[in-house]
Amino acid sequence: MWRRSASFVLDKRQLAQASPPHQQILLSSDDMEPNNLPNPNPSTDHGISAYYQTRAEHHAVVTSDWLAQAQAAVTRNAAVPEVLPKIAATGGSRAAGSGKAFSVIDEFNYWRKKPDLAEAVAAIMALAAFIRSSEATTMMELEIELKKASDTLKSWDTTSISLSAGCDLFMRYVTRTSALEYEDFNAAKLRLIERGEKFGEISLKARRTIAMLGQDFVFDGSTILVHGYSRVVLEVLKLAASNRKMFRVLCTEGRPDRTGLRFSNELAQLGVPVKLLIDSAVAYTMDEVDMVFVGADGVVESGGIINMMGTYQIALVAHCMNKPVYVAAESYKFARLYPLDQKDLAPAIRPIEFGVPIPSGVEVERNARDYTPPQYLTLLFTDLGVLTPSVVSDELIQLYL
Amino acid sequence: MDSRRLPRAVIDPKVRQVGFFTSCDPPPARSLSVPADTGASAIVPTDMSSSPPLTDIYITNNSFSSVRIPPPRQVSAEGLHSLGRAAGSTTSVFAHDVLSPHCWEGIQMPIGSYNSSEFMQGKSSMLSPSSSRFDDIDFSEEEATSACLIRTGSGKEAAAFPRSSGEVMMAIKSGANAPAKSALKTASVVKALPEVTEKDGGTSIEKQNEGIGAARSKQKTTKAERRAIQEVQRAAKAAAKDAGKGAKSTFASSGGALAVAKQAKSAILPSQTKYGSSVASERRVDRNPDKDGKKDVSQSSMQFDDKSRVEKAKRRAAVGHFEARNSVELFRHLPQYEHGPQLQYLESKFFHLDHIHPSVYKVGLQYLTGSTSGGNARCKEMLLAFQEAVMDYSTPPEKTPARDLTSKISSYVSFLIACRPLSISMGNAIRFLKNRIAKLDHNISESEAKSNLLSDIDRFINEKIIVADKVIVHHAVTKIRDGDVLLIYGHSTVVEMILLQAHELGKQFRIVVVDSRPKLEGKALLRKLVMKGLSCTYTHLNAISYIMHEVTRVFLGASSILSNGTIYSRVGTACVAMVSHTFRVPVLICCEAYKFNERVLLDSICSNELGDPDVISKVHGRDGLNDLENWSDHENLQLLNLFYDATPSDYVSMIVTEHGMIPPTSVPVIFREYGRDQLFF
Repeated sequence: MWRRSASFVLDKRQLAQASPPHQQILLSSDDMEPNNLPNPNPSTDHGISAYYQTRAEHHAVVTSDWLAQAQAAVTRNAAVPEVLPKIAATGGSRAAGSGKAFSVIDEFNYWRKKPDLAEAVAAIMALAAFIRSSEATTMMELEIELKKASDTLKSWDTTSISLSAGCDLFMRYVTRTSALEYEDFNAAKLRLIERGEKFGEISLKARRTIAMLGQDFVFDGSTILVHGYSRVVLEVLKLAASNRKMFRVLCTEGRPDRTGLRFSNELAQLGVPVKLLIDSAVAYTMDEVDMVFVGADGVVESGGIINMMGTYQIALVAHCMNKPVYVAAESYKFARLYPLDQKDLAPAIRPIEFGVPIPSGVEVERNARDYTPPQYLTLLFTDLGVLTPSVVSDELIQLYL
Repeated sequence: MDSRRLPRAVIDPKVRQVGFFTSCDPPPARSLSVPADTGASAIVPTDMSSSPPLTDIYITNNSFSSVRIPPPRQVSAEGLHSLGRAAGSTTSVFAHDVLSPHCWEGIQMPIGSYNSSEFMQGKSSMLSPSSSRFDDIDFSEEEATSACLIRTGSGKEAAAFPRSSGEVMMAIKSGANAPAKSALKTASVVKALPEVTEKDGGTSIEKQNEGIGAARSKQKTTKAERRAIQEVQRAAKAAAKDAGKGAKSTFASSGGALAVAKQAKSAILPSQTKYGSSVASERRVDRNPDKDGKKDVSQSSMQFDDKSRVEKAKRRAAVGHFEARNSVELFRHLPQYEHGPQLQYLESKFFHLDHIHPSVYKVGLQYLTGSTSGGNARCKEMLLAFQEAVMDYSTPPEKTPARDLTSKISSYVSFLIACRPLSISMGNAIRFLKNRIAKLDHNISESEAKSNLLSDIDRFINEKIIVADKVIVHHAVTKIRDGDVLLIYGHSTVVEMILLQAHELGKQFRIVVVDSRPKLEGKALLRKLVMKGLSCTYTHLNAISYIMHEVTRVFLGASSILSNGTIYSRVGTACVAMVSHTFRVPVLICCEAYKFNERVLLDSICSNELGDPDVISKVHGRDGLNDLENWSDHENLQLLNLFYDATPSDYVSMIVTEHGMIPPTSVPVIFREYGRDQLFF
């Protein structure tokens, strides 16, 4: 699966476009400042999906403690300003240095704070570091420890699909190797570390691979509808813009965390013409749209995606009007889940602010994501290549064989 | 001989005529074709009714030849033209008072179109005309012998084709359609006509026409043959008269005449051992019940049918075979239901079928009576029976177990097929077993080999059925939530296990058991569920659109899943799946991977199983409802009791197998990744 991934294409081409990752936070902090209202309903904070908290941190979503977190992130980023491939090495040394009291969660949190790093990649990095620092003396022991670490990571946030998928995939990828038959434990462990790092590297590169594959689909004069703030989609559009493609982007507002505002800001910085819509104007504007670009929180076995609330209805409208819906998602988001309908998933609760106090006795749907069935999706841009939805299951079956 | 295709074909030559005969006025030609049309429809039925065995024989003849006689009327019409021309050209004696120029036009035209020689045209224009060529044709056929004789006498064309007689003999013999060994020349010539004219040479037609005379004159007719010829002529005359004097179609009369000729031939056949007469008569008997109302059965299906019949005839020595009555046309290629007589037959044959192992025999009878049904149960029983057979097996001297046992198993399988057609899962299991036998190590002892096989079979049952079911249950239970309303249809053991397991886990859900006639399998399932304390609703398939509103999940079993994702399952499944798809209710198919098949199925016609048609004519508990009593006496009534149907993959949300929950598009992935070896070992 990974061997024939498209990431090797990148190695050859040597795309020397280093993205400035830390600029975003600073930009966003000015951008979001007027929205930085105190949370009127702080009691709703408990039980909130950690995944969305992380996202909020990364995407500068308006929450009460956002500013403090963002600033903390900035200071920490200043401490680790290395380029991505080097991160693994530094992370490893750091973990080794920390000695016996190695905690996956700590490691994970360390990686997680990096704004440009997906949660799953952080988990993968943490697990790779875990193998390196493990003091197990047999293969079996190491495997069990790794499993434990992966389980603790997964239980840290059960609502995050990409986190658990990333952990699972890492486990599969690392342990499903002939290395376990090596006689020498150290050789085997080295092999595992090697594979873990390889996986981490692939995951890190995934976004650039996808951008390369996806930008071909952006043609001159096209109008693209974007929903939500997806770093992969942004990367695709960035690359397309830097390839001097002329296109226009319509951004949905992305209530309640207004991710669309932030996305439109990013695009405006690149000089791409952007138009902002409220979420309910999707059907109104669909006739002038040429394609829909969305990211994904998770890609499930049916080939459908789980993404920010509203994706399903956009896909439905697009399907109705025969517009292609493209999904950009890294392959570590492929999860062995198979939701049959919208309610078949554990809801990821997140606070929703209506600006005015909610009348008493009124219920609020606070789920953060929905499930888009595969028949409404056209293609998936992944680091494994451009796939039809049915190939997702193919890849998953191969991996979980 | 489907009369429906007649008119178009008759018109065809007319178009050519315009090009070739500028001297003649086209309108009469048109007027010619009109009576042809009406005549076609008028004549064919009368032909059928007047001589019932006629079509049978026509079909019979078809079944012999690998190449079927092309039905297009044009060909036979041309054959007739040539015949008519032969008659007309030779002498005016045969030119009736009814002859008109149009007729000749019509007759000549196709020859011209087929690069015919000019002298024919020139001659024809001089000939006296006939208004109704059909009369002429009838006449020409019935007078065939004398016409030919006279023609050879006149020798006009015979001179142009010196080799004529020899050529005609060759033409007749080489005719793929005509098993022209028959000594009866008239019959075979008449029959060979369409065939010969098919080769687009006017010359061959001519040759033949001339040859008729030549061959005829040379021939020494026996008494029997002469009588046969007379019969042919008489029958043709009668048919022509029946067909109505005024309007007659070229084809109808020609076809009728042809068929009559054939009839006459086959009537003589029994005395002619050359012709494989026994087969012919047998077939005629087979065909008899089909003869009415099914004239336009597609020839290809007929042939397929015949092929399988041939195979069955081979097997007839081992187990009996019975003809079903009033089979439904579209499903005639399938083995017809024959359990009733088959059971008695097999029971009476018990001591003659000594090569069948008793346990296999038992299982076969269980299949036949229906006491063992359901994919898993049947497969398991079969494997256990084979296990016993293997246990009792001893290699005969000078034989290797690999070969001998395989052939033994094959004979068992053919016995089981005779009892009831195999399901796809059983086919897979048999393939597995044969594969294991073939892979037996030659060096190990017999007892060792046997114990290996026994354990292999055990392993198959255990891993592919029992454990697989557990895994499926484990997966599927996760899809049942509290408050769900599950709809089930048919009686799938896996689905039953899922429901019971979910109940044991304390999930709160309700079940809608949908059932359908004639099997009413849901009742047994309902009993089991209610006994365990699950809350159920029982309804029939008719009410599915009403009940579907409240359903949140549909769980279905499958007899097989094909590589395009089509679900092959109990009849009615497709209906349930479609309704639930319309209502946006997810459909989950629970099926073990050993039931997967690499074939592709698009409809439920190509592959299916027919049940007892009597079952659907009777309604249990309503003896007063006997409108369909003695239904088989009505030849235009067929009852269809299908066992399976094919559900397109679009209506399926998920397939639950032991390899996980997969979308229906991923069935081929299972084949590729797990491979046949792993899937079936």
